[in-house]
Amino acid sequence: MTDAGKAWMLHVALIAALFALHFVLPAYHHGVLARVMVLAVFAMGYNLLFGYAGLLSLGHAMFFGAGLYGAGLAAYHLGWSVSAAFSAGILAGISLSLAVGVLALRTTGVAFMIVTMMFAQAFYLATLHFNAWTRGDEGLVLQTASRTLGSLSLADPATRYLAALALFSLVLLLTLAVVRSRLGRVLVAIRENEPRTIMLGYDTFAAKLAATVLSGAICAAAGAAYALLFGYVGSTLVSVQYSILPLLWVLMGGAATTIGPLIGTLLMYYLVDLSGGPLDRLLPGWHLTYLGVVGVALVLLILFFPKGILGTVRGRWLRWLP
Amino acid sequence: MTVLLSTRGLKKSFGGLRAVDGVDFALETGEIRAIIGPNGAGKTTFVSLVCGRILPDAGTIVFDGGDITALPAHARVRLGIAYTFQITSIYPRLGVFDNVALAAQRAGGGGLRERAMAALERVHLERRHAEPAGTLPYGHQRLLELAMALALKPRLLILDEPTQGLSDAEIADFITLVRVLSRDATILLIEHNMPVVMELAGRITVMESGKVLAEGTPAEISADPAVQRAYLGAPADG
Repeated sequence: MTDAGKAWMLHVALIAALFALHFVLPAYHHGVLARVMVLAVFAMGYNLLFGYAGLLSLGHAMFFGAGLYGAGLAAYHLGWSVSAAFSAGILAGISLSLAVGVLALRTTGVAFMIVTMMFAQAFYLATLHFNAWTRGDEGLVLQTASRTLGSLSLADPATRYLAALALFSLVLLLTLAVVRSRLGRVLVAIRENEPRTIMLGYDTFAAKLAATVLSGAICAAAGAAYALLFGYVGSTLVSVQYSILPLLWVLMGGAATTIGPLIGTLLMYYLVDLSGGPLDRLLPGWHLTYLGVVGVALVLLILFFPKGILGTVRGRWLRWLP
Repeated sequence: MTVLLSTRGLKKSFGGLRAVDGVDFALETGEIRAIIGPNGAGKTTFVSLVCGRILPDAGTIVFDGGDITALPAHARVRLGIAYTFQITSIYPRLGVFDNVALAAQRAGGGGLRERAMAALERVHLERRHAEPAGTLPYGHQRLLELAMALALKPRLLILDEPTQGLSDAEIADFITLVRVLSRDATILLIEHNMPVVMELAGRITVMESGKVLAEGTPAEISADPAVQRAYLGAPADG
């Protein structure tokens, strides 16, 4: 089989496995996986820009937030239907990433990290400032009645899982198609050597802007889905740790791998979830928050596992992994 | 013969340094032209202005009858101006084939694989196509960069000190290769190795302190007393 054939087969098999898990997982883990799939979409959007184009943004919480608030505010205040609110969230993400991209892509490296982080902080502060509509930290709870798609309630665990899986599958296959496309190859070329890429005749600014908007749209889709599936929209979801988390998920799973973001998100979720109890017993009185676990994981990853899980697998065994 | 590239009054300063100071230059289609001159004469700055990596402070650049002075570098590459860097610039972590395929993809048209392999064959690297480019010996990396330029199907090929760091045997192969390439493309090369210049160039442009000092055939240039003072050193007698 060709490498392309193997890659498509692997992705379809992963989607089939996630569908099968829907029928066998116990309720708690079923709920966790639904949430992880939505957050993995966020990570896949981040990975497109960070892993493939090599642009390290520290502000992707704002794109997740654009989707979260775009969909959440439309559903809460305007009573828009699920599909209209979801579209509003994605549109908000596209508009924001286009505007931020045009400005931030004038910089590179550390300056790009700082500029994106500043924009994201401005977005976060705006969600607090416009308290009258957003209710800031306290946030908005979307009523179950407003979260229906036809006769299906998105608050129902089964529907929620399958909706999350549908979005995840769509974005996974889209990512695979993009990284195998002409644009995907140009993004890798920019990451590896931008001056050379310009001198091959590529408009690298346009390619980076396209990647930023695609990344912003995918992250916004994750945010919009989060609002509509879990019914909560609040400032904590756009704070700075939501810019760091996708970086961590992608680093753990393997930057510039299509499936790495899911693996990283899943492992990190369970690491935080399962480490809380033992840590409290082991180090009583230290009050380690989940951010402590996240920080330690980030340091260990960068020191010992810079290519992440799938990056290492690809380097050692499966050269064809996309 | 028609003029492929011309510049008029081209100027570029970096702070107080006039790197290129009013250069009028014309290159005819099909030529092999060498630019020589002492270090700091403005050679690399001049070709960087031509290929658009930097923009001039004053003056105009005309390529194939069109004013390209304000065009960004990538658009000039699309018009047919290819550039190989003074310090080899490839994608070291990508495969040899992928390096050339990126160039061939941009040039467009069908048969991407064939066109990329054909470019590799011209520099005799086709058997190493699966290796990571960064593991090639230095001389082969220079040839790979040349193959990338060829895959662009350029009309003007600018080579910035192409033989720097090559062995004598590699230089001999390189001279043969450039002769073959010059059937399809006009060639402008910056070169310090005088035997290479004398053997390849139809005409030579000598730069000094950002200005054109002299221009002519290799015989005229080696006989020019001003050039000898500036660059070649005093003539060896007896």
